[in-house]
Amino acid sequence: MYVYIIRRLAVAIPTILILVAISFALMYSAPGGPFNSERPLPAQVMANIEAKYGLDRPVIVQMADYVWGVVTRFDFGPSFQYTDRTVNDVIAQGFPVTLTYGAWSALAAVVVGVSLGIAAALRHNSVLDYFAVGVTIGAQALPNFVMAPILVLIFTLWLGWLPGGGWYGGDWEYVVMPVIALSTSYMASIARITRSSMLEVMNSNFIRTARAKGLPMHRVVMRHAIKPTLLPVISYMGPAFVGMITGSVVIDIAFSTGGIGQFFVNSAFNRDYSVIMGITVLVGMLTITFNLLVDILYAWLDPKIRY
Amino acid sequence: MPLLEIEDLSVSFTTGDGEVNAVNGVNFSVDRQETLAIVGESGSGKSQTAFAIMGLLARNGRAAGSVRFDGTDLLKLSPRQLNKVRSREIGMIFQDPMTSLNPYLKVSDQMAEVLQLHEGMSKKQAIEESAKMLDAVKIPDARSRIGMYPHEFSGGMRQRIMIAMALLCRPRLLIADEPTTALDVTVQAQILQLLADIREEFGTAIILITHDLGIVADACDRTMVMYGGQIMEQASTEALFAKPTHPYTKGLLAAVPRLDKEDDELLTISGEPPDMSRLPQGCPFTPRCPYRRDECPTIKPPLEEFEPARWRSCHAPVPEVTS
Repeated sequence: MYVYIIRRLAVAIPTILILVAISFALMYSAPGGPFNSERPLPAQVMANIEAKYGLDRPVIVQMADYVWGVVTRFDFGPSFQYTDRTVNDVIAQGFPVTLTYGAWSALAAVVVGVSLGIAAALRHNSVLDYFAVGVTIGAQALPNFVMAPILVLIFTLWLGWLPGGGWYGGDWEYVVMPVIALSTSYMASIARITRSSMLEVMNSNFIRTARAKGLPMHRVVMRHAIKPTLLPVISYMGPAFVGMITGSVVIDIAFSTGGIGQFFVNSAFNRDYSVIMGITVLVGMLTITFNLLVDILYAWLDPKIRY
Repeated sequence: MPLLEIEDLSVSFTTGDGEVNAVNGVNFSVDRQETLAIVGESGSGKSQTAFAIMGLLARNGRAAGSVRFDGTDLLKLSPRQLNKVRSREIGMIFQDPMTSLNPYLKVSDQMAEVLQLHEGMSKKQAIEESAKMLDAVKIPDARSRIGMYPHEFSGGMRQRIMIAMALLCRPRLLIADEPTTALDVTVQAQILQLLADIREEFGTAIILITHDLGIVADACDRTMVMYGGQIMEQASTEALFAKPTHPYTKGLLAAVPRLDKEDDELLTISGEPPDMSRLPQGCPFTPRCPYRRDECPTIKPPLEEFEPARWRSCHAPVPEVTS
């Protein structure tokens, strides 16, 4: 098991390097640059700027330097757009915001999604089941850029309960709507996966055995059915968690939360290469980490998996 | 009073095609320490009869009639009361040992929970007792292997574990639903021997459900033949094999391949098993019966005791043939 984890981590390193290299190459090959504007700068000025950011060096050196900085110091370099800030500063500002509403969203999606799915499966073909299926289909069909303005309309404009946007250090009233808007569709997916998985498990032979043993229903569910039910949910949760904690451009824009998604889009417009790269690499690392966590969790839950 | 007395038991399922009757008014009983075989082809209602006794019918299924175990009607019990009967009074083992144990839990956990629940034992004590029971069903090295997961055992071993698990509370009745169907022939013989030993050692009555007549001949006191959710014939195993009197029983016995006869043709019963949602009003075997009479499709023959301890449901019994 430990050998497996170490091996997976060893594989993760070249994966991240390749990720860095590809995003660097893509940025480099895109036409235009951060310092191009409608009126061309004098050649001397341009040369000075390029020298400042090291852009006059051969591309391979630039890349090696960048990778070295990331690997040894976790330093993503200076922002090309904001002269007084580094990429690390930008991430340090945006990521905690994203992480806060992302983590709450992940928690809400799992807790509500799994409970709703289990309840629906245990009351298969009941009113509750039909309700759950209806709501989850609706929630999956409703994109968050539609959801966000509807939430603002209801809770801010009509009821006046919640502020329509902003962050202010993450007070709960600023967190609620981003969390609802972000988590709903994940919640719906988790509920549907849980429900169908639970239905399948409850029809399996070993559940019949458990019932034949005289176990009360809650023991049958909690002891015998939960683990196999959650396996497919867990494999969905890896990428879903990354999706949530790296936030959403839509959420950041709709609620002006100032999360990392907003910086990502702005940097793409401004050709702020180092910020784009920094965020890309961060998301890549998180993806790799969560996939690893999912695999470890899987091995822990399913005794048939041995590495 | 017999240990188990079943009167007019019917099982029906609500399906997309309407109501389907899997078992139609079945009557039989099992005495203490007796082994009863229920024989029939797939869809004859034999497994559903067993599930109805244990209250394990699928969600869309319903049982009617009465299932009296030691005088108590199991069909009238609340889920809570029924849980006290399951495993403690009636144990059950299933057709497919590969999927009947929970793959995510250690054998020790799966066995111990039975004793913890019904006997109030501590976990340690329960595992101790479970290991003893694994010894009794001849699992080698039981004490150390009890901590393993089901996938680390072979099919035959898993069925032994199932049997041990069903016997933990010393139930008075063990229902074995095709316990050897999924196993190799050599393993089948071992499992059947084990069931015979158990009956000796624990005095457990056994209902053995099977479609394999070869198994029945050695292992069971009495045999009940089911077809289309009804009992066709019931007799002591000896008598039934010696002189089958129901056309279906005769066909079944004739279909068992024999090595001691020259004729190497495999005999079959022509036609197909009935569609349970469209059973004839009368005897369900009518369309396939070589002896059918005019009244067979419309009038249901009653189950009659035509000889002491021999029942049969037929308008046109076969002249008693020796096979």
